[in-house]
Amino acid sequence: MLNYAFHRILLMAPVLFGVTIVVFLVISLIPGDPAHAILGTFATPENVKELNTALGLDKPLPEQYLIWISHVLTGDFGRSYVLHRPVIAEIGDRLFPTLLLAGTALVLSSGFGILFGIIAAVRQNGWQDKLITVTVLIGISTPSFWLGILLIFWFGVRLAWLPVGGMVDLFGDGGVADIVRHLILPSFALAAVAGAVLVRLTRGSMLEVLRQDYIRTARAKGLSERSVIYKHAFRNAFINVIPVLGIEAGFVLGGAVYIETVFQWPGIGRMLVQAISTRDILLVQGGVFVIAVAYVFINLVTDLAQSVLDPRIRRK
Amino acid sequence: MTILIDKLETPDVVPAGMSGRPSAVRRLTQNPVVALGLAILAAIGIIVLLAPFLPLADPSVTDVVDRLRTPFSPGHVLGTDQLGRDMLSRLIWGTRVSLAVGLTAALAAALVGSTIGILAAFYGGATDMLLMRIIDVLMAFPYLLLALAIVAALGPGLINAMVAIIVVSLVNSEFMAAARLSGSSNLGLVLFELLPNVMPTIVITVSTTIGWMILETAGLSFLGLGAQPPLADLGGMLGNGRNLIQVAPHVATIPGLVILALAIGINLVGDGLRDVLDPRLKAGGVARAHPATATARADRRKGGLTSRRGGDVSLIAARGLKVDFTIGRDVYHAVGGVDFGIRPGEAVGIVGESGSGKTVTALSILRLVASPPGQIVGGEILYRKEDLLDAPLGRLQQIRGNRIAYVFQDPLTTLNPLIRVGEQIAESMRRHQGFPRAEAMRRAIKLMESVSIANAAARANAYPHELSGGQRQRISIAMALANDPEVIVADEPTTALDVTTQAQILKLLNELRRDRGAALVFISHDVGVIAELCDFVHVMYGGRIVESGAVADVFGSPRHPYTQRLLACVPQLGRPDRPIKPIVGLPPATNAIPPGCAFAPRCASAKAKCQQGEITPVFVGADHWVRCIRIGEMAA
Repeated sequence: MLNYAFHRILLMAPVLFGVTIVVFLVISLIPGDPAHAILGTFATPENVKELNTALGLDKPLPEQYLIWISHVLTGDFGRSYVLHRPVIAEIGDRLFPTLLLAGTALVLSSGFGILFGIIAAVRQNGWQDKLITVTVLIGISTPSFWLGILLIFWFGVRLAWLPVGGMVDLFGDGGVADIVRHLILPSFALAAVAGAVLVRLTRGSMLEVLRQDYIRTARAKGLSERSVIYKHAFRNAFINVIPVLGIEAGFVLGGAVYIETVFQWPGIGRMLVQAISTRDILLVQGGVFVIAVAYVFINLVTDLAQSVLDPRIRRK
Repeated sequence: MTILIDKLETPDVVPAGMSGRPSAVRRLTQNPVVALGLAILAAIGIIVLLAPFLPLADPSVTDVVDRLRTPFSPGHVLGTDQLGRDMLSRLIWGTRVSLAVGLTAALAAALVGSTIGILAAFYGGATDMLLMRIIDVLMAFPYLLLALAIVAALGPGLINAMVAIIVVSLVNSEFMAAARLSGSSNLGLVLFELLPNVMPTIVITVSTTIGWMILETAGLSFLGLGAQPPLADLGGMLGNGRNLIQVAPHVATIPGLVILALAIGINLVGDGLRDVLDPRLKAGGVARAHPATATARADRRKGGLTSRRGGDVSLIAARGLKVDFTIGRDVYHAVGGVDFGIRPGEAVGIVGESGSGKTVTALSILRLVASPPGQIVGGEILYRKEDLLDAPLGRLQQIRGNRIAYVFQDPLTTLNPLIRVGEQIAESMRRHQGFPRAEAMRRAIKLMESVSIANAAARANAYPHELSGGQRQRISIAMALANDPEVIVADEPTTALDVTTQAQILKLLNELRRDRGAALVFISHDVGVIAELCDFVHVMYGGRIVESGAVADVFGSPRHPYTQRLLACVPQLGRPDRPIKPIVGLPPATNAIPPGCAFAPRCASAKAKCQQGEITPVFVGADHWVRCIRIGEMAA
């Protein structure tokens, strides 16, 4: 097991290295002079020269990369010339709200997704299955930002049950209750689509497992259906679901961009959209890098979780 | 088709290639899901194509006086937006943009992806490796963030957004993989021979990707990073209406509805395509979801008891048992009216070729035939005179593994791979005898010792894959013995094992069940093994028992031509000169069993009357009967 974990962590190194290269290359994709793009329209020639020296933009790419990575490794992603503060400070403020929103959505979508997936599989072709299948089809076809707008209209404006946004500071006076109230609609909107995908996957995986010979064995032993489904079938189905939980994590982290924009949630997603509109390229670079690294680690965790649950992987 | 059949627990029911399943195209056009999806898409597509000819207002003409009209206002069926532009017109023209973007992007992705894939396969080696590593790295990004990073660098705009979405889809979809799979360094071979093979995958991917492309470009436009005003796709319209949600909700909600309709249409078609082209992905087209085989008996007790041995002494009796499998539009009569009885402590063999229905018969006793597609359509299964086909699931569960236990064929697939073997034995005892956890485990270990597993206490913690095939089958036997059953049903328990292990396992099974006084139902195609283990034998062919009696009678003086031919196939030790005569022809497809005697087409002594009407059993000894009308005419 430890061996496997060690091996898996080693495998992560080249991927992380690749991620730094891709993020670094974003700047060289900029058409025209990157320094001008970074500094914006009011750049003086002195500013441009200064930035060119700082980022090594006048040097060949490999050298530029070394300069950039040496800064990044000390947590220096440069300065936002729009916000007039270091990129890392802005990301620091924005990271937790995004993780809170994406984490809540992930928990909600996994919980409900897996539960309804099991119900649909066990009641295959019954009314529960049909209802769930139709709901799922609508779910995966719904753009999350549109769902967010509908939720705001219905629960925020019409019924006025919940705030429609305006979460400014997670650590303000409202306390946990206020955070929860602000979290309900956006996390639901974000979870709905991800959950729908998971229902499909869990259903398919359960049906695949339910026709395995060992399920017949479990039934031949006279075990209760609860034991057959949750102990014998679901455990096996879950192993196929875990890697998808990793993909789902990427899905909610990406989807957070829409939902944070719709609900004005003070996270990295909204920051990215604003930064792109203001051409604040270094902020985009830093934000994308942090989320990508977080995603790589999430996938590591799901891989390890899978190996813990499946003795057949553990031995290899 | 073969995939479907492989997944059945009784692959011998359906001979390969005998199916009447309709072709892919027919199934696609007849699939109601696909039809609904196509109808939605066609409706939207026709409206959008006709847009220039429809009497629509100019979508970009503003009229501040007429701003934010609600739907159904005069002159504006869907109202107007904040600049007084007609929503209906904007919606139709916006849908045009979205559809065009989705189609273009999907086709571009397919083209670029296949080209890169083919080139990677063509150059192979380092180029291919490098490509795969790049994809690995790009997959480390949540896809939307990758798209945002590209748009951030290139700047907002519809074309840039499309480029970003195409790049992301190349990484995440199967375009490249499919083309790469056709990999060969012979470009001609790739283009003309191999590429056509992966075209279906590429077509499916294109069709499902269009929806994804529309959604994602709509998303970028919604964020203000895609289509720039005055050009508006559906996402742009939605983003435009977002801030008006309190005063004029229709401006944002209506474009969303169209995106939803498009996505539903595309998803329906995509799902249908996948179902048709790759049935395995259909997620349970032929799954075993029911805890017990469904029953729908048209007739009961029609078979009568064919044995002269009294029915009342039978522990288990089957009468007129009929089991059908419904696959697609075909109905396979796996078991077509079977009668037999088992008395306490006796060993009964069921012998027959693959597809004769012997496994289905055995599984039917406790309604363990996979359902769907299996269904018991006639007869009775009596356990101590109680008809199990009427029993509720709770009653069946009381008997399963407790009074009647099974040992299955391949212990690698029949033991749960994720549960320790000790627990798999113990859970059955906890369930039926109510032992607490520790006590059940102690007894499980004792059982493992009794089936000669060395170091049982340690092995109880092993997972099935950590044991050898022989050990795994010993575990299965221990599981079957756990609750001291009255009957053990063993379905070819040694077929998956090597020859030396086979003998040990058989000996063990027989000794243990004799010690405990359990009856044995032994299913095998191996005449020798049956002769050795069993008191009585039933010979099955085409879903019926064709000869039945004491082992000495049936194998000593076989009367049915099929039994005779079956025995002639068995090599005999010490008689190398005796020719082995295989039976010419194939067993009948069980969806096309001929009337009369199923064996007649392969039988050397068959006459025309053999294939006319039901063949009734003829007794040729006290307990020995044969289902053959020519029995009197032929010499024994």
